[in-house]
Amino acid sequence: MKRWLPLVAFLVLVGFFAKGLFLNPREVPSPLIDRPAPAFALPLVGNDAASFSPADMRGKVWLLNVWAPWCVSCRQEHPVLMQIAQGGRVPIVGLNWKDRDRESAMLLARAGSPYLAVAEDLDGRVGIDYGVTGTPETYVIDREGIVRMKHIGPISPDVWKEKLEPKLKELGA
Amino acid sequence: MSRFPTLALALLLAVTLPVTAETPKEAAPNAENPEIEQRLVRLGEDLRCLVCQNESLAGSKAELAEDLRREIRQQMKAGKSDAEVIDYLTARYGDFVLYRPPFKPVTYLLWLGPLVFLGGGGLAWYLTLRRRRAAAAEPPDAQKLAAAARLLKEDQ
Repeated sequence: MKRWLPLVAFLVLVGFFAKGLFLNPREVPSPLIDRPAPAFALPLVGNDAASFSPADMRGKVWLLNVWAPWCVSCRQEHPVLMQIAQGGRVPIVGLNWKDRDRESAMLLARAGSPYLAVAEDLDGRVGIDYGVTGTPETYVIDREGIVRMKHIGPISPDVWKEKLEPKLKELGA
Repeated sequence: MSRFPTLALALLLAVTLPVTAETPKEAAPNAENPEIEQRLVRLGEDLRCLVCQNESLAGSKAELAEDLRREIRQQMKAGKSDAEVIDYLTARYGDFVLYRPPFKPVTYLLWLGPLVFLGGGGLAWYLTLRRRRAAAAEPPDAQKLAAAARLLKEDQ
């Protein structure tokens, strides 16, 4: 038994390293989970007079999708978002992050918009409040306005099926 | 034969002298408030840039790092302490922004692990030594001694 101890200790270490090797360093756990979604009021893309605030979505489970026209993986997830929007299960609100060239309105008109509304975060301040490190990122927010999940990276059909949809089911959407 | 290098040297001196003759000036500070800038750099050295994760917030050229520096600069101007700025960042990005992880239940193993290993190693060392010493201190067995003496005699 005693002879095997170093080997066991070694294998435990290997286990830890193997786990660490396969973790995605981009998947930074968000301190926002199970906390109220930070409040903001931002003008809408294409309609500066109107504004959006998370409080407008009280009573609904919804997705906040942070994206930008210059972001390549956002284009990759666009068709998936379109399908989700057509499914009608959950409303998606866009947060247009640091779109200094103001290209999003044109882009959405051309490619179609999966969004109920798109808020314009020109200087990225609201993004910072939500702990955005890059686009795309998606937050699942419940009826009480509490953040329940954050997904970093594009939503693929698999991510939708295995991660977001079960969460929405759990939240009763 | 040796004329040409001398000429070239003279030419070179003529070209470079006016440049070096100009008195160098100290670079003007490029921030409006050097004191805050210094604090920002000092604090930013211990913070992680979330885009280029192995760069500090002070040194990163990533756009998000620039935005965060802008926010920190503003908060410092508003009179916030370093601790308040760090709270602001960890509330949004988590402890991941800190290069020096805080001491709390989830990081107990991280901070205390080395001590545990050191203690375990020390204990193993102590036990081994004690066992060896006990073995050495044991009085030699009379029967075995007699057997050894007999063997030695046979060899002679």
